[in-house]
Amino acid sequence: MKSKNIVFACILLLLSSIVTGQNCKHTFSGIVEDFHNKSPIVGATVFIKNQNKYTTTNLEGKFSLPNVCSGKVIVEISHISCEPQTIELNIVKSVYKIIDLEHHEEELNEVNIKGAIGLKTKTAQETLIKTQTLEKFSDASLGDALKNITGVSSINTGNSIVKPVINGLHSSRVLVSFNNVKLQDQEWGIEHAPNVDINAAESISVIKGANALQYGGDAIGGVVIINPTKSIIDKDTLYGKNIFSQQTNGRLFSVTTSLNKSYKNGWFLNGQASFKRAGDFEAANYNLSNTGINSKAFTFNTGKKQFENGFELFYSYLSNKIGILAASHSGNVADLVDAIKSPKPLRINDFSYVINNPKQNVTHHLLKTSYYKRFKGFGKLSLQYDFQLNNRLEFDKRRGSFKNLQAVDLDLTTHNFKADFNLDADPNHIYKFGFSGLYQNNFPDPATQVRRLIPDYNKFSFGTYAIAEFKFENLIVSGGVRYDLEHINAKKFYLQSRWNDLNYQNDFNDIVINPSATASQLLTNPKFTYHNISTSLGATYNLDAKNSLMVNYGLANRAPNPSELFSDGLHHSAARIEIGDLRMQTETSNRFSASYSYNSDKLNVVVEGFYNHIKDFIYIEPTGEEKTNRGVFPVWSYKQVNAQLFGVDTNISYQPTNNFVLTNKSSLLKGRDLSGNRPLIDIPPFKTVTSLVFKKENWKNFHASIESEFNAKQNEYPDNNFEAYLPLYDSFVLVDISTPPSAYHLLNFSTGFDFNMSKTKFNLNFSIDNVLNKSYRTYLDRLRYFADDLGRNFKIQLKINY
Amino acid sequence: MKHIKLLAVLFISAFTITSCSDDDPEVINEPEVITTMKVELTPNGGGDKVTLLSKDADGTGSAAPVVTGGTLVANKTYSAVITLLNELESPAENITEEVAEEADEHQFFYKANSITSTFTYAGTNDSNGNPVGINFTVATGAAGTGTYVITLKHEPNKSAAGVKDGDITNSGGETDIQVRFPITIQ
Repeated sequence: MKSKNIVFACILLLLSSIVTGQNCKHTFSGIVEDFHNKSPIVGATVFIKNQNKYTTTNLEGKFSLPNVCSGKVIVEISHISCEPQTIELNIVKSVYKIIDLEHHEEELNEVNIKGAIGLKTKTAQETLIKTQTLEKFSDASLGDALKNITGVSSINTGNSIVKPVINGLHSSRVLVSFNNVKLQDQEWGIEHAPNVDINAAESISVIKGANALQYGGDAIGGVVIINPTKSIIDKDTLYGKNIFSQQTNGRLFSVTTSLNKSYKNGWFLNGQASFKRAGDFEAANYNLSNTGINSKAFTFNTGKKQFENGFELFYSYLSNKIGILAASHSGNVADLVDAIKSPKPLRINDFSYVINNPKQNVTHHLLKTSYYKRFKGFGKLSLQYDFQLNNRLEFDKRRGSFKNLQAVDLDLTTHNFKADFNLDADPNHIYKFGFSGLYQNNFPDPATQVRRLIPDYNKFSFGTYAIAEFKFENLIVSGGVRYDLEHINAKKFYLQSRWNDLNYQNDFNDIVINPSATASQLLTNPKFTYHNISTSLGATYNLDAKNSLMVNYGLANRAPNPSELFSDGLHHSAARIEIGDLRMQTETSNRFSASYSYNSDKLNVVVEGFYNHIKDFIYIEPTGEEKTNRGVFPVWSYKQVNAQLFGVDTNISYQPTNNFVLTNKSSLLKGRDLSGNRPLIDIPPFKTVTSLVFKKENWKNFHASIESEFNAKQNEYPDNNFEAYLPLYDSFVLVDISTPPSAYHLLNFSTGFDFNMSKTKFNLNFSIDNVLNKSYRTYLDRLRYFADDLGRNFKIQLKINY
Repeated sequence: MKHIKLLAVLFISAFTITSCSDDDPEVINEPEVITTMKVELTPNGGGDKVTLLSKDADGTGSAAPVVTGGTLVANKTYSAVITLLNELESPAENITEEVAEEADEHQFFYKANSITSTFTYAGTNDSNGNPVGINFTVATGAAGTGTYVITLKHEPNKSAAGVKDGDITNSGGETDIQVRFPITIQ
């Protein structure tokens, strides 16, 4: 195997020339070409840092920067997904240069606003996580990796079910796009984590707010864009990667492998597969029984890509079996009270790899096919069809013949078609527009013999958008608008008692199609149509080479999800009855944000602030209690309030010498229910993470880092505590489900180095999480009532690139 | 152009394969729900039989269960048997049988509030020799008014301290049913 390639880096070759002169009348011009086939690279940014002059290459790959002053100049040349390359020149007269850039041709074909450093947007709060960081999370989840971004946290059900929370919002308010396909994986539920294998990602962009309108208009919280591994084009090459990880906590083992083959004629083929297995994880002082995980995933990608046109076929499969902490299952409020009172879980068994009930088995299939064609002097047309099938099985503790039968069995099938036009002939005036159509079917299998949590439904939606981006000398302005139509047609059984209780017999009598499906149930046919408009407006102004400002406004509307409309039943892990409402309306977010960034050789500062006002924010809160034979349950109902969120996220890194980097990431967030004049629930508390990295490139890329993570106590929370009559004690007991856990501080350590054997590159990393083995609980973990979070963990990881 | 054709073929075929039917979904009766708990108390040495009943006709629906208590004779021992039913099914499903089949994973607990009564497990033990409690005896104390609370736990820790003797405190597990019957002892 020939493997001289260093695959993910962009190599810059240039002819240097040194001449003499002294004024500001020089012209720096040239052409940026592909290293391999000498085709021009369009839209590469050429930036003279110390003179704050920049331009982008035109359709012929050419650029010209007039009025360059003589002397030493620092030029940065960048293109999407490439590390920016910096070169130094001594300008003494006008210079013409041929700059060869090695790139992935694929990147030319992205339907994105091309940013200077691989960003998808230029006028929104966006952060990119690159391969190197993602690889550290090879044995963890998407949610864990995204927490690296300031302002992004997670809402957990234990340590394996991790959902990203962007500026305090999550689930249906966060859109996850995987290889340009919007994931349809029943994202409405808090215990439904995104169905993506992090090892399939080469880079991930997180955009705060609904500012990536080509992906969707309802992402009030934000957009997570996962870019899978791209193949190198126009070159006969074969390369691959393996990562092996072993952890002490949970006795976790994970392996991921990927292989890429591409041909000079544009054909490519790549595949990636991951396997992960862990048994019961451990808190600082005890086993977390039944928290094992067994995960398998693979992707396969083939196609033919050329500059003018190309097509792609992509398939991804994911299967996750996840155990849910045994002690977290409550039969009634009395059980919940006992569990909250007990300082440690009521059920602790010896370590085991066996995953018992309660557990989840989730399978996700994604098939995508796409085609693009570039029209010279005009732009690019892309067509895409994608198909997704998500099957979710949830197993509860059941009796007798139902013992091994799933209690939830949902098949969510989605077909989507979209067309996008990207008019980028003039890189200073880019226009994008497109449309998409979706058909979705949800089938809750009656084989469960449990009344359906989410009903049978068909959903049709249509969306269309237009975006424009203009570049001026130091200013970029962009604006976009999107319209979405959503129609949902459901068939749902209601218990007669619930139907009347919600006063549906007056308001929704016309949707009853069988008033006596059984003695106690009726069948209904709810049909709803929603029209939503979203807009995004933003501007970025570069004050000088070091300082830039960004302001953005986004309007987004989100139609209620099936859970908010139709929920109707007992939620065991929360020991509560959850009730949706057919009267639910679209929620509307108005988000204002501003960022300031300062970049110099030693110091980088990013400060992001936002204010988000959400009208008719859909919210679940306690509204009463109900008696059943099992005992008493609090009833939580979805309702709509006006809410506001505002916060500040900062990211500061300081590099006093080449060997040390000191970084601090902090985020502060406030959320308020304006209608009820009280705090919002589940708002992440203040968090600050400081790390000190030592690195030495000539010691085989040795690095060592120590990280300090402080999470404050959330002092602003709604008081949802309630008094429950417990027959056993013959008295009323206060059930404290509101008080957040105490603040905590964790220390993490990691170190590693690279080495080569023949032509294979190895990277060995060792890390310790929670070095001090602290006992702690996290406010946004639904299992915090029952058990501590993870204890100390030793981890070793070997990465092989060949 | 052939790529567009390929795309179109895939797109159309995917739609035709998943043609959606307009049939109504199948109704689910929830065979596991315990709608009814019946406790029959027969006085030792003769006397009036007493039946305690709790019936929740809609399972987890919003209607509360209807509970009927009873009047017992003071200082008397009763033999009792519990019957659990799912009356959403027709004929009604006897859930006590399932409990008996999985005896090692189930246990009943009894408690008297505001009145004095002593409960003792009776009937067959599970395969580990631990009580199940479908059958029990209750010895009433002095006259008074109070309640009996009867709880069925699923997967209790029967080896925890006191659980074998009927103390629910350390039992863990999850509650399958818990009913509070008003009782008058006279």
